Amino acid sequence: MSIQDLEKIFQDKIDNEIKIEPKDWMPEAYRKTNIRQISQHAHSEIVGMLPEGNWISRAPSLKRKAILLAKVQDEAGHGLYLYSACETLGISREETINDLHSGKAKYSSIFNYPTLTWADIGAVGWLVDGAAIMNQVMLTRTSYGPYARAMVRICKEESFHQRQGFEALLMLSRGTDEQKAMCQDAINRWWWPSLMMFGPRDSESSNSDQSMKWKIKRKSNDELRQQFVDMIAEQIKVLGMTLPDPDLKWNAERKHYDFGAINWDEFWAVVKGNGKCNKLRLEARKKAWDEGEWVREAAGVYAKKRLRKVELLRPAAG
Amino acid sequence: MTPLIKYLLHLADNTLILSQRNSEWCGHGPVLEQDIAITNISLDLLGQARNLYSYAATLIGGEATEDSLAYLRKEREFRNCLLVEQPNGDWAQTILRQYCFSQYQYALYQELLNSKDPQLAAIVEKSIKEVAYHLRWSSEWVIRLGDGTEESHRRMLKAIEELWAYTGELFEAADYEKDLQQEGIAADLEKIKQEWQLKTEAIFAEATLPMPRNVFVQTGGKQGIHTEQLGFILTELQYMQRAYPGAKW
Repeated sequence: MSIQDLEKIFQDKIDNEIKIEPKDWMPEAYRKTNIRQISQHAHSEIVGMLPEGNWISRAPSLKRKAILLAKVQDEAGHGLYLYSACETLGISREETINDLHSGKAKYSSIFNYPTLTWADIGAVGWLVDGAAIMNQVMLTRTSYGPYARAMVRICKEESFHQRQGFEALLMLSRGTDEQKAMCQDAINRWWWPSLMMFGPRDSESSNSDQSMKWKIKRKSNDELRQQFVDMIAEQIKVLGMTLPDPDLKWNAERKHYDFGAINWDEFWAVVKGNGKCNKLRLEARKKAWDEGEWVREAAGVYAKKRLRKVELLRPAAG
Repeated sequence: MTPLIKYLLHLADNTLILSQRNSEWCGHGPVLEQDIAITNISLDLLGQARNLYSYAATLIGGEATEDSLAYLRKEREFRNCLLVEQPNGDWAQTILRQYCFSQYQYALYQELLNSKDPQLAAIVEKSIKEVAYHLRWSSEWVIRLGDGTEESHRRMLKAIEELWAYTGELFEAADYEKDLQQEGIAADLEKIKQEWQLKTEAIFAEATLPMPRNVFVQTGGKQGIHTEQLGFILTELQYMQRAYPGAKW
């Protein structure tokens, strides 16, 4: 079969909403785009454990501590599903992780912002997970089967994360003056970075067109961003707090909220490594990996020893 | 404060402090699956602590809650064993600390299933499956590291050297334990000690690790005389409640 025929079969499947599975023929660029996106997503889950993990030891009540531990543990689980989905495309977890450590692979820039107060944990749950969900719900319908199925499981847990973030902020918003101020301050610091999570404007996004044609993505960056603003602009009213954007207002004609200009210089600065925590995050991951090497090695050696013992015990085939 | 309240706080403090220590691994584990496992153990222990504190709080009455007991008592009021407050060190040290504790806790909880205090027996019944898992997981790791590579074996020996002096305290009954033993509420620690020794010898033999003999026993934790570690743990643990007195979270 010619490459043109294979490409046609592939695109027909996509156009007819049939999932692409690991053993199907796929264009090399489709495979690479999926590896890039799924591994970046996996890395984001794992690096994303750090800013929140930062508050586990200091959580203000035992209940909050339990919720936060469970949440950060969920992120590790999501990383696991996603690394597995990535492996179906022919790249090992080790290779993928090495790409993260060498800087070749990226993770979501949002995790390069620091979590300074307890309220940040609420704001990360509500805004950061809230923004991530917009993207992830879309990805439950992405064209690559293993990725779509991983996202279905992840979305169920993420909506719980967002709710707990909102609920933590709700407690603060009904608390003492200090707690209210802490809540507003965290929202002020996390609002714009969470809008940046959707990526560059459609007019400047280099990867978008092909990804839409292949149905890896189904909504544009700007569409998802608008959907998020519309949701949060309503939810903030329940908190009795404000979003730090004087231009935010309902546009009856568009039936959407208008919002102010995003500072893309800041976005690119953080992407390029100049966020407050880029170095810290990557070093923490490398340190965990490097210091774990002897553990992984010992586990491997022991597993082989055991296998040999089992073989020795097995009666010889007659 | 009655012996039962002291005993409940002792049991709860053990699990809270070990949970706090284990949770330091979250996001920093040697491999993702084990990061999840140690965090899971941390969560289980935290859940146990909450049940025990809540029960203690009902006996204390007044304003006491699980949070006031965890966050507003001071260094000398904590009654956890010294073992659980020791630093994580490397993975070998964390594994050995967990193994020593879980082996003890499993034997203890089996006895406490028959405690004459029905509420305590019920809490223990709820937790014992978790403890059985912690014990299985940590035993497997002791064997894997002991009988793994030269390096992992050497690190286990180092961990034994660091921690062994703190294992003896698990079996030395504090005054409140002695009182409650007579009433059939607390367990007979001598019996638990024998089981712990036997099981540990078997595991260590499989792990090709030597069983230490005649090691000096450090004590005091059960009476509130701790190592210097505890003050730092509480400083972090209690920070928010100390900085914002009376606030609800």
